[in-house]
Amino acid sequence: MSLVPADVWGVLTDPWAEGIVQRAFAEIVLLGIVGGMLGCWIVFYELSYSAESLSHALFPGLVVAALSGASLVLGAAGGLLLAAVAIALAGRAPGVGSDSAVAIVVSGLFGLGALLALSAESPPRLNALLFGDILGVSNLDLALAAGLAVVSVAILAALHRQLLLVGFDRTSARALGGRPVLVDITLLVLLALAVLVGVQGLGSLLVVTVLVGPAATARLVAHRMGPMMALATLFAVLAGAGGLYLSYYADTAGGASIAAAVVALYVAIWAATAAAPGRGRARAVAIANHPNH
Amino acid sequence: MKADRLAAGYDGTPVIEDVSFALEPGQRAGVLGPNGGGKTTLFRLLLGELRPLGGSLYAPAPCGYVPQTERSRLDYPVTALDVALMGTLTRVAWWRRLGSGERVNALEALAQVGLEGMAGTQFGLLSGGQRQRVLVARALVQDSQVLLLDEPFAGVDERNVEGLMELIDRLASEGRTVLIATHDVDQARRWDVVLCLNRRQVAFGPPAEVLTVPVLEATYGGSIVMLPPEQPDAHAPRPAILPPHHHEGH
Repeated sequence: MSLVPADVWGVLTDPWAEGIVQRAFAEIVLLGIVGGMLGCWIVFYELSYSAESLSHALFPGLVVAALSGASLVLGAAGGLLLAAVAIALAGRAPGVGSDSAVAIVVSGLFGLGALLALSAESPPRLNALLFGDILGVSNLDLALAAGLAVVSVAILAALHRQLLLVGFDRTSARALGGRPVLVDITLLVLLALAVLVGVQGLGSLLVVTVLVGPAATARLVAHRMGPMMALATLFAVLAGAGGLYLSYYADTAGGASIAAAVVALYVAIWAATAAAPGRGRARAVAIANHPNH
Repeated sequence: MKADRLAAGYDGTPVIEDVSFALEPGQRAGVLGPNGGGKTTLFRLLLGELRPLGGSLYAPAPCGYVPQTERSRLDYPVTALDVALMGTLTRVAWWRRLGSGERVNALEALAQVGLEGMAGTQFGLLSGGQRQRVLVARALVQDSQVLLLDEPFAGVDERNVEGLMELIDRLASEGRTVLIATHDVDQARRWDVVLCLNRRQVAFGPPAEVLTVPVLEATYGGSIVMLPPEQPDAHAPRPAILPPHHHEGH
C-alpha cells in the first residue's frame, strides 16, 4: 500500500528532474506573470484581437530570421514593426471597415510567412516558429522574459490608477485627471513587447493564449482588479504546470499542451460559475440590471 | 462662477454662443436644453477640456464631475471604494501610491452620500441610484467647490430620485455650487436658477420667471404639449416637453 503514494509522488516529481522542464516552467511562470497582469487590461481594453493580430502578422519576420540564420528576436521585432505599420495604414484605407482591413493584412502577412516557410529552403524547426519551443528555451529567452516581467510589473503598477479610471469610463476620464492617450500607447507598447518575447516560447499561433486566456478565466470569478491579476497569474502558472505534465506523459508538444490547459481551465471555471448561480459575473450584472433591484 | 458672452465649440465652429450667467456658492443651477443644445460643451468648458472661442469664464478649478452612470461599466472589477478613489487623480499624482489618508477621505465621501457600509460592494451590483451616489462621492473626493452633474437622474428609478434630489440639496447647502444638466423641465423647476441652452443662451434666472412657454419653445424648438394642471386647485395648464431624446434612444 505504501507504494501508491510513492508512485503518485514519483509521477508528480519525475518531470521536474529534467532541466528542460525546469527551464520551460521558469519561462511559463515569467510569461504567466506578464500575461496575468497585462492580460487583465488587454481583456478590459478589448485588445485581445490586437494581440492575436500582432502575433500572427509578425510570422514572416520569424521565417526570414530563421532562413537567414539571424536572431529570432530580431526577426520578430522586424515582423512586428512591419505588421504595426501595415495595420495602421490598412485601418485608414477608405471604404473598408478597420476590422476587415486588419483581418486582410494579418492573413496576408501570415500567408506571406507561410509562402516563405514552405519554399524550397524550408527553415529548420518551422514548427517552433508556429507553435513555439517551450522545451527548448534558451538563456536569452529566459533573460528576455525576466526583463519583460520586471518592466511590465513596474509600468503597470505605476499606471494602475490611470488604467483603472480610463477603462472604467473613457468618455469622462479626462475630466477626472485621466490620460487616455498615455494609457493606450503604454498598453500597446507593452502588448507588442509581450508578444515579441512570448513568441519565442509559444510561437506565433499560441502566444495569445497565455496573454488572454488566464485573464479571461480570472474575470469569471474576480470582483476587484488586484485579485483578478493575482488569480490570472496563478491560472497561467497552473495551466503551465498542467501542460508540462501532459506534454511529459502524453508526449505531446509543450506549447500546445499549455495552450490546451489554459483553455481547459477556462472551461472548468466557467462551468463551475455557471453551475453555482450565486457567484460569477454574469449573475452579478443580471442582478444589477434587474428593474426591481 | 461667472460667464460673460461666452462662446465655445470644436475646430473653431461655435456650438454655444452668447452665454452669460453668474452663480453663487450654495446655488443649485439646472442646465436645461435638448441633446446637442450645448450642455456637454458648457461642462467641458468648465472642466477645462475646452477653451472658450470668445467671451470670458471664471470658475474655481477643478470642478468635480459626475458623469451619467449609464456610461460606466457594470462588468468592471471595482468596488464602490475603488470608484470613489478614482477622484484622487486630480489631486494625487497618478504614479503615486494612495495612502490611508486618501482611503479615509473616500470612505467619508461614501458615508456623505449615504453609502456607509457599502464601500466593499462591487460597483456593478449596486442599483442605479446607488451607482449615481458613488459617482457623486468620487466628485466629493476631488474636493471641489463646484460640482457638475450630467443627467444625474438617467438610469435611476423613480423611488430613488427623491433621495438623490435631497443629496443635491445638502451638497449645495454645504456651500458648493451645483450644476445639473437635464432635459427634464419638471426637475429643472426644483433648482434655484435655470440656464436654458439651445446653441445659445435662451434664458437664465429663477425657474418661476424663466420656465415660460415661449422660453421652452425656443429651448426645445417647439415640441411642447400642454398638460392639464396636476393639482385640482391649480388653474394654469403646465407646459411639458416631448424630448426627441426619449424616442430615439441612445
